[in-house]
Amino acid sequence: MSTLDSKIPPGPIDKKWTDHKGHIRIVAPSNKRRIDIIVVGTGLAGGAAAASLAEMGYNVKAFCFQDSARRAHSIAAQGGINAAKNYQNDGDSTYRLFYDTVKGGDYRSREANVYRLAEVSANIIDQCVAQGVPFARDYGGLLDNRSFGGVQVSRTFYARGQTGQQLLLGAYSALMRQVGKGTVQMFDRHEMLDVVVVDGKARGIIARNLITGEIERHGAHAVLLCTGGYGNVFFLSTNAMGSNVTAAWKAHKRGAYFGNPCYTQIHPTCIPVSGTHQSKLTLMSESLRNDGRIWVPKNIEDAKAIREGKKKGSDIPEADRDYYLERRYPAFGNLVPRDVASRAAKERCDAGFGVNKTGEAVYLDFSAAIQRYGKQQANMQKVENASPEQIRELGTAVVSEKYGNLFDMYENIVGEDPYKHAMKIYPAVHYTMGGLWVDYNLQTTVPGLFCLGEANFSDHGANRLGASALMQGLADGYFVIPYTVGDYLADDIRTGPIDTMRPEFDAAEKEQKDRIHHFLNNKGTKPVDDFHRRLGKVMWDKCGMARNAQGLQEAIVEIRRIREEFWKYVRVPGTANEFNQELEKAGRVADFIELGELMCMDALNRNESCGGHFREESQELDGPQQGEAKRDDENYAYVAAWEWLGEAGKANLHKEHLEFNEVKLTQRSYK
Amino acid sequence: MGNMKLNLKIWRQNGSNDKGSIKDYPVNDVSEDMSFLEMLDVLNDDLVRKGEDPIAFDHDCREGICGMCSLFINGRPHGPERHITTCQLHMRKFKDGDTIYVEPWRAEAFPVVKDLVVDRGAFDRIQAAGGFVSVNTMGNLVDANAMPVRKADADKAFDAAACIGCGACVAACPNGSAMLFVSAKVSQYALLPQGRPEARERALNMVQQMDAEKFGNCSNIGACEIECPKDISLENIARLNREYLGATLSRE
Repeated sequence: MSTLDSKIPPGPIDKKWTDHKGHIRIVAPSNKRRIDIIVVGTGLAGGAAAASLAEMGYNVKAFCFQDSARRAHSIAAQGGINAAKNYQNDGDSTYRLFYDTVKGGDYRSREANVYRLAEVSANIIDQCVAQGVPFARDYGGLLDNRSFGGVQVSRTFYARGQTGQQLLLGAYSALMRQVGKGTVQMFDRHEMLDVVVVDGKARGIIARNLITGEIERHGAHAVLLCTGGYGNVFFLSTNAMGSNVTAAWKAHKRGAYFGNPCYTQIHPTCIPVSGTHQSKLTLMSESLRNDGRIWVPKNIEDAKAIREGKKKGSDIPEADRDYYLERRYPAFGNLVPRDVASRAAKERCDAGFGVNKTGEAVYLDFSAAIQRYGKQQANMQKVENASPEQIRELGTAVVSEKYGNLFDMYENIVGEDPYKHAMKIYPAVHYTMGGLWVDYNLQTTVPGLFCLGEANFSDHGANRLGASALMQGLADGYFVIPYTVGDYLADDIRTGPIDTMRPEFDAAEKEQKDRIHHFLNNKGTKPVDDFHRRLGKVMWDKCGMARNAQGLQEAIVEIRRIREEFWKYVRVPGTANEFNQELEKAGRVADFIELGELMCMDALNRNESCGGHFREESQELDGPQQGEAKRDDENYAYVAAWEWLGEAGKANLHKEHLEFNEVKLTQRSYK
Repeated sequence: MGNMKLNLKIWRQNGSNDKGSIKDYPVNDVSEDMSFLEMLDVLNDDLVRKGEDPIAFDHDCREGICGMCSLFINGRPHGPERHITTCQLHMRKFKDGDTIYVEPWRAEAFPVVKDLVVDRGAFDRIQAAGGFVSVNTMGNLVDANAMPVRKADADKAFDAAACIGCGACVAACPNGSAMLFVSAKVSQYALLPQGRPEARERALNMVQQMDAEKFGNCSNIGACEIECPKDISLENIARLNREYLGATLSRE
C-alpha cells in the first residue's frame, strides 16, 4: 500500500495555493467532454463540486439517497459561515482566520490546508451573493456579521437561523441549472454501496436504486465522495436520520485510509434527551451564545430542588447562580469553543448540578439579554420611565427578531416558552472532524478517489469552530476540487469510457447482492434499530465526551458482541426489489458497527487529550489550567490514518506527522 | 412510555400501480413528548417484530428544514398546527382516544411511490427549468458588498427563499397547483439585483415546466399559504403573475 504523502506544495504558506494552481496540470476543454466524474452526495461540498465541474465541461453523474438533491443535511446548519472579509474593520485577516482555525482545532490539523481554506473563504461569500443567496443585511444594504465561538472578531455571515439552507439551495440551484443543460445526470433516491477499483484506480461505483431496488453499475474516471459525517454512529445525534458512513466506509474497505476517526464534535447547546422513543437530537445554534448566558445553581440543594420540581430556575437569585463559563474562561466567556463548553457542562452535571429530571441539562438564559435590549430600545424609542413589563416586552421583541425561529423550535419540542423560562440544554453529537484521509489535493489513498467536506478529515483538526463547516464544504466544492481533480484527470484524456462489464464490477456487485440476500433471508427477530441503539449507547458512554483506556477496551469488546448478534439476529422485512427502508438502515448500521470499533481503537491509541477527544488520563492536574485537556505534542502531533486489513477490528496505523511552521504550538487557553 | 391510546388509520399502497386503502392501527403507550414521526417509529418497530411490513414514510432531518417529511394528517398537510412540518408536530397536540387519518400528499404531479411516500421530482424539474441565477463558479468575482441590497428587499427575498420544497402547498390545493412553490423561487430572485437580468425568462420557463408537470391552475383559494410550514406569502403569487405577464408582453 501507498505511504502517506500529503503533497503539500513548497514555498511560503501564503503562496502555496496560488503557486500550486499555477503549476498543476489541467485538462483542455475539448478533452473534458471525454471525462466522466461521479459525485456522491449533494450537500454543500457535493452540490458545489458537481455544479462547478459540469460548468467546466466534465460529464458529471451526481448521486444522493434523498428524494431531491436539495435535502442534503447541510441544509440544517443554522448559525453561519465564516469568511475573512474584515467588513467589520475589527482586525480580521486571512492569517487570523487561519490561526483561529488551527488553534481551535487544538493543533491537530494540516497548516497548508487550513491556510487555503481561509484564503478562499472570501470568494465563497462573493460567489453565494452572485447566486442570489439572501444573506442578512444591515440598513445600509451591506452584509451583516455576527460572532461565533472561539474567536474575537465578527466574521460570520448568516441568513437568520437558516444559513445552511440558503447556501445549500444556492449550490442546488447551480446544480439544477446544469441538470437542465444536461451536463449533470442526477440520480436521487440512489445509495452508493461500493467503490469499484480497477488496476489500483477508482473507476466507478455500485449503487442501489432505492425505489426499484435495482443494483446499478456506474463507471467514471474519478469518484468524489461528498457524503458528510458519521455522527449517527452514536444513534442519537443532531444529524439527519439518513446520514450515514456507508460510502466512506466502503471506500475505506477498498483501500482509503480513515483519518482520526475518534475526533467527534459534541455540540454544547442541544435540546436534552427526553425519553427512550427519541430518534434524534435537535441543535440550538451556537449563535445563541452571543446573547444567552449559561449557568447552573451554585448550591447543590437548589439543583436538587429544581430536579424534583420544587423550584424553578427563575426562583434562584442572581447571587446563587454559577455562570461557570464566565467564571472559568473570563476572556471568552460563553463563547468558548464547543469542546470546552461541552466538557464544562458535563463537569457541572456530573458533579450534581444538572437542572432537569435526568440531571443532564444546564440553563441557557436570555433574561439578561432581554433586559439589556429592552433598555436600549426604550432609550431609542424615547419611552420615558419604562416599566419592567415594557422593558421586557421591548427586549423580547429584539431577541425574537434575532432568534425567533430557534425559540419556536425549542417550544415545539419541549413544550415550554423559552422567553419566560430559561432554555435547558445539554451537549450532543453534532459533527465528526475525522474522515477519509486526503492529501492537499483532496485525494484519498486510492488514486482517483477524492473526498470533500465533512467526509474528509482535513481542516478542523481535533475540534471544529462554529460556522466553519459550511466554509469548508463550499471551499472544497467550489474552489479546490475544480483545480486539483484536473491534475489527476490529465492522464485520462485518452482512456475512453470506463467499461462496467469488467470483472471488478462483477465482483463488487455480487458482494452487495450477497449482503442484501443475507439480510432478507436471515430470519432474525430484532429490528435494525435495536442494534443501532445499543451501539449508540456504548459509543456515547465510552467513546463520547470523556474517554479512558479501560472504557474503550470494554467498548471494543461490547461492539464486537453487538456485531456478532447483529448478523445473527437482525430481522429485515420485505424484498430486495422494492422501496425498503429497513433494508437501507440494515446496510448503514452494519457499517456503523465496524466504524464504531475503529473509533474506539483510535481513541485508545491517542493517549492524549486534544480538542473534542478528551482522555481522562491526560488532563492538567494543578495550576491555573487545572482540569483542562492536556495535549502531548511530542508523541501525538500526527494524523492517525488507519488502513483496513480485511476484517473489522483489524487495522494498521499510519502516521502523518504534522509540522507547524506558522503557528507556535501552545496550550490552548481561553481564560 | 406514555399513556395515550390512539386509533391510527393509515394509507397503505404497495407501489404506484396498487390501488391502496386505509388500514387501522390501534396504538397504545404514546407519550406526549414524542414527535409524530417517533410515534410512527414505535409502530413500525412493533410491526417488524410481528413480521409485518412497516409503513413507508419520507423523513430525514427531523427538525423542519429538509422538506422531506410529507404527511397528510386528518386532512391537513403536516397536521393540525400551523407553521411546522410533520416532524416538528408533537403528540401533545393530540388527545387520548383520538382517531388520526394519515395519508400521502395527493396530487396528479406527485405519484405515490409506496404507502405515504410520493415522488416530488417535478419540483426538481421546475427548478432546473429556471430556478437559478446563471452564474458560473468563478475565482475572481466582484466583492459581495459592491452591490448593496435594500434591507427590505433582502428580507422579502429571504422570506420567499425560506421555502423547503416539501409540497404541502400542492397537497393543500384542491386544484393541485404548484404556484406557491414556483412563485417563491421566482420572487426570491426577482427581488435581488443579481436575479433581475433573467427574471422574465425565469418566470416563463418555470411556469412552462410547471404546466408540463400536470400541476393544476391557481384559483386564488389560499389554502397553500395557510398550510405552508414556512409561512410563504400569497404575495409571491401576485409577484409571479406580474413577472409572467410582463415577460409575456415583452417577449423578444
